[in-house]
Amino acid sequence: MANTYTAIATVTVGSGGAANIEFTSIPATYTDLVVRLSARCSFAGITGNLAIEFNSSSASFSRRTARGNGSAASSTSGSDNYIGDIVGNDATGSTFSNNEIYISNYTGSGNKSYSIDLVTENNATEAWQYLVAGLWSNSAAITSIKLLPFSQSWTFNQYSTATLYGIKNS
Amino acid sequence: MPTKLVVDCSTGVTTEVELTAEEIAQREADAQAAAQAKAEEEAAAAAKQAEKEAIAARLGLSAEELSTLLS
Repeated sequence: MANTYTAIATVTVGSGGAANIEFTSIPATYTDLVVRLSARCSFAGITGNLAIEFNSSSASFSRRTARGNGSAASSTSGSDNYIGDIVGNDATGSTFSNNEIYISNYTGSGNKSYSIDLVTENNATEAWQYLVAGLWSNSAAITSIKLLPFSQSWTFNQYSTATLYGIKNS
Repeated sequence: MPTKLVVDCSTGVTTEVELTAEEIAQREADAQAAAQAKAEEEAAAAAKQAEKEAIAARLGLSAEELSTLLS
């Protein structure tokens, strides 16, 4: 069986928290990339807003988002790098979000599309699920990925974990 | 001082690095700008919802009836 799904690197946040998580020097030897994130943040709310940067750039992003929280559903769009939510400090203790970020053809010379699905966890009525379709309008190969707060100031809590996988099409 | 975790995928080494003053300033500026953009987005969504409800009211429909009609 072809080895098509390879863990490139994993990081777990320590006791001091982390303002952001960056994967740098990403090898160009795969077809697609996937980031799997299990995260919780210090934001005083049920969830905190998460952003992504490619090659340290927050420009030229656009996205469409569909989301629901158990009682209502909505859709939004924006010219920004907002990629959904992670669990915040007001959610049930020791719960974490489950986010998957799929980035297609990250070394190609065209614009880079990405898709995201996520759920937040909370032992109460409000918990969220998101689907995001995004585009980074840039021809450069992606060599670094940063996960950071969007529109808020918080840190990733201890035990938040991110793993970067490389996907090969053969 | 806030720190960031940097994973060098070529070596697998993770480094905890303090944010520079410039990065902190950028973080705060980004947060302010993005908060404004999000507020505008939410205001637009609220205006759209209000417009829907106003139309429903002109038609003599309750919010529940409108929701049923659109579902």
